[in-house]
Amino acid sequence: MGSASSMLTQYDIEEVQEHCNDLFSQQEIVSLYQRFCQLDRNAKGFISADEFLSVPEFAMNPLSQRLLKMVDGLNFKDFVAFLSAFSARASMQQKSELIFKVYDSDCNGKVSFNDILEVLRDLSGSFMSDEQREKVLTQVLQEAGYTRESYLTLDDFVKVLGSYGVKMEVEVPID
Amino acid sequence: MSSPGKLNSSSSELDLDRPNIEDYLPSGASIQQEPHGKLRLRDLLDISPTLTEAAGAIIDDSFTRCFKSNPPEPWNWNVYLFPLWCFGVVVRYFILFPARVLVLTIGWIIFLSSFIPVHFLLKGHDKLRKNLERCLVELICSFFVASWTGVVKYHGPRPSMRPKQVFVANHTSMIDFIILEQMTAFAVIMQKHPGWVGLLQSTILESVGCIWFNRSEAKDREIVTKKLRDHVLGVDNNPLLIFPEGTCVNNHYTVMFKKGAFELGCSVCPVAIKYNKIFVDAFWNSKKQSFTMHLLQLMTSWAVVCDVWYLEPQNIRPGESPIEFAERVRDIISTRAGLKKVPWDGYLKYSRPSPKHRERKQQSFAESMLRRLEEK
Repeated sequence: MGSASSMLTQYDIEEVQEHCNDLFSQQEIVSLYQRFCQLDRNAKGFISADEFLSVPEFAMNPLSQRLLKMVDGLNFKDFVAFLSAFSARASMQQKSELIFKVYDSDCNGKVSFNDILEVLRDLSGSFMSDEQREKVLTQVLQEAGYTRESYLTLDDFVKVLGSYGVKMEVEVPID
Repeated sequence: MSSPGKLNSSSSELDLDRPNIEDYLPSGASIQQEPHGKLRLRDLLDISPTLTEAAGAIIDDSFTRCFKSNPPEPWNWNVYLFPLWCFGVVVRYFILFPARVLVLTIGWIIFLSSFIPVHFLLKGHDKLRKNLERCLVELICSFFVASWTGVVKYHGPRPSMRPKQVFVANHTSMIDFIILEQMTAFAVIMQKHPGWVGLLQSTILESVGCIWFNRSEAKDREIVTKKLRDHVLGVDNNPLLIFPEGTCVNNHYTVMFKKGAFELGCSVCPVAIKYNKIFVDAFWNSKKQSFTMHLLQLMTSWAVVCDVWYLEPQNIRPGESPIEFAERVRDIISTRAGLKKVPWDGYLKYSRPSPKHRERKQQSFAESMLRRLEEK
């Protein structure tokens, strides 16, 4: 809707910008707001799981259920904050943080062997057996100097992922 | 053509079937560069490609774009234009609109007062009755088009009546049908609608040989399939018109064509329809407004401007599958009308994508993992 952009004042936009550490420009935030209103079909101020799943490209994603737990019911400010990790301006630390949160489903600040296994299960579905997944993970962890019992912290993630650079950028279309 | 058994199985899934998105999407594995080398922890933990895809879909996706109504560009933005615009509103709502209602009412009176006698009195003279009814349906459609001051430019030869041909067009609104119908009495295959539209469908349009189906009823499928085949073979039947997208799209994109129309074994005549949005957006967003509201919107605008192209008939090429054929015809229509093609099934508006699509991604992930585990 053409009127959507006029509903955000400069104060609103600045507030949102502050909330997402200035990772999006004002124009990008206006675009994101239009998109938010479009997805929030019932105009409740948040996007429900069902509304997210009405986007087929999202519904087809192997991690969609896991991500839904993170984005379901977010208001606009938090919606932007979630997406800010995908901004081209986000640091490796910020990107790693998001990835860490996806793994850390119980939000206890550490990722266990089983947490990683769960994500691996989402990604590979029925095309790998549980034994295969465990074998892969055990071997890879060992080679990196960890064991089955070790917990990975955010710092470990930053160290492992940050050193070689994660490509995780989405452009916000501006009209 | 093919063995009877094969024919049966293919026809039972005709027209209303959901085509496989996989046949249209470029396969995920081939576009992404296959990662190589030994598997390390960082490769396993790095879920960024999947996350990027998900975030990309949240921020912008081609499917939602197909069904987005585009409001007309506002032009009443300054103090000089505003009074002019107000004047326009007065003219449109208080002069044009009542005049159009009057035109439509007169049209209906003429139509009904001749259709009912023709329909019931000429029971014995089938041929004459059919011809008269055909003319009357064309007439009422012309009244409809006049009621929104339809400025329609038809390009190319007008469709003729002959067996073994089927017309396919891109679909923006029910008014596509009215616009095409005023020139030629097509028999159309359409979703059964509720309300007054449904009443029209089952009484008047049935007489030009239209075929109805209910998207939600599975058993309808076989009946419709049979009716379809019978219809195209009949010599005296009105030409058949199918909107193979199966749903209204906003006239900027075309979604996948259902393959039913392309499996009938007859020539396919593409029809491209492009609306000019200068006065009004002709896209009918059936989730947001009823058809009555849509018509009111059209009747209070200055005019509906559109171009219709009757394009060259196409036949399936040897060795071409119905899906490839459908894609080729879609390409012709999209190019002519200046629409972008997207690889989506329009029925996803009503249902979730099947788990097959996700499984495909999972499979390529798993295969790559296992392969790299072996590498040293």
